[in-house]
Amino acid sequence: MRLRLAKDLRGVSGILKINIDLEIEAGKLVTLYGESGVGKTSILRMISGLLQPDEGLIQVGDATWFDSSKKINSKPQKRDVGLVFQDYALFPNMTIRENLEFATDKDDPVIDELLSLMELEDLQDRKSDTLSGGQKQRVALARALVRKPKLLLLDEPLSALDRKMRAKLQEYILSVHRKFALTTILVSHETTEIFKLSDEVLVLKEGLITFRDTPAKLFSGNSLSGKFKFTGEVVNIEREGVVYIVSVLIGNDLVKVIADQTEVENLKAGDQVLVASKAFNPIIQKI
Amino acid sequence: MEWSPIILTFQLAAVTTLILFFLATPIAYWLSVTTSRIKPVVETLVALPIVLPPTVLGFYLLIAFSPNSAAGQFLNNTFGIQLAFSFGGLVVASLIYSLPFMVQPIQSGFSNLSGSLIEASLTLGKSKFATLTKVLLPNIKPSILTGLVLTFAHTIGEFGVVLMIGGNIPDRTRVASIAIYNEVESLNYSAANSYAVFLLVVTFSVLLLVYSVNGGFLKKWMS
Repeated sequence: MRLRLAKDLRGVSGILKINIDLEIEAGKLVTLYGESGVGKTSILRMISGLLQPDEGLIQVGDATWFDSSKKINSKPQKRDVGLVFQDYALFPNMTIRENLEFATDKDDPVIDELLSLMELEDLQDRKSDTLSGGQKQRVALARALVRKPKLLLLDEPLSALDRKMRAKLQEYILSVHRKFALTTILVSHETTEIFKLSDEVLVLKEGLITFRDTPAKLFSGNSLSGKFKFTGEVVNIEREGVVYIVSVLIGNDLVKVIADQTEVENLKAGDQVLVASKAFNPIIQKI
Repeated sequence: MEWSPIILTFQLAAVTTLILFFLATPIAYWLSVTTSRIKPVVETLVALPIVLPPTVLGFYLLIAFSPNSAAGQFLNNTFGIQLAFSFGGLVVASLIYSLPFMVQPIQSGFSNLSGSLIEASLTLGKSKFATLTKVLLPNIKPSILTGLVLTFAHTIGEFGVVLMIGGNIPDRTRVASIAIYNEVESLNYSAANSYAVFLLVVTFSVLLLVYSVNGGFLKKWMS
């Protein structure tokens, strides 16, 4: 798909100028990565037709959804796209099954297929407000796929979930991405998620794409060729004599790493970090 | 006690509530989504009947409806409608007078809905109208019920506006609240009391029903 978008957005911190121009290969899973307020969600909204770009071009396959030079702007209803919202946006007045039926006919076989794929059969007659966050997310994902879109847009789909639930849902996302041969654009700032899911990362800064490559390249930097590396989150930094002990949460394990003054200067609790070892051989033991 | 003022009162309240629902829903929706600069002006106009003495509204409507005014002449000549001292006039006055009681609950209902519900419905291929009837309205049922009942009850309780533009014509514009006033004027306290008790009981029951339904008490009690 071809994406050329220009839009001035008025936000709380002044005007944000979005200006991107890129080509995304069909069938890829691409992540939009960046801090909040850099325009990630706005880009998804422009692709799905909920926000009109000032200028640009959106082409998906053979179809042109938006072309400012030819005054083409198809409605969101006409765009072949599935969008999963950050707050799920399930309709509270409907059951899970009705949420899916809403987008198609009652007897469409795709509904049963998706319910079983997402393991929602037992929940299908419940209302959405009785579900847990992870269950709601599965419903939102299933509903976005009912119309069999070629393009799936996920707006920080897992940000409200705990670690364990997130890992499980990442599997669901990967499996539908492959099964339905989707082109998927994911908005995320969760390092592990990006590593696990995406083929490519686009870093968005102040409305511009500043980096585009594989996740490994982004998070490890090109200079370091560690054999043994993990990403995690800094939980705590403690001074111990002349050195510092940095506690890093990797997956569900807390790891302590010794660092010197210069290394911890730029670190604070909550930072995403890469922990790598080069010189030593790690010991592997069956447990 | 005669039944005609009571019947007239409920007719007026029912017609007003019905028309106002269709009139107020688009206004409420617009107010809940708009970022237009004239929003405060429209909100003020809608809320005005809450603070304005009913006689002020009644007075201006009377002037407007009068066969001597431009508006009154236009209605009379083109449609043959005369609004002053008629049931039609009462309905128009009630629509304006009860507008905030319908608009405000529905507007707050719309505002409390997540905007992504609308967007989700659009990306699922539904038109804006289908989104309104199948997603938005069903999800603000308590607000709609509140709006309907408040409007109904408020129209039953009208006095000043009705007196100003409807007068006190038996079977045509003499609603229950006017009938009470009328009976008291002629020192007929027992008749006034029967109307008053009737209104009190009906409005109490209606409000009780709404608060029970919206508070979920009815469901609990039924199960």
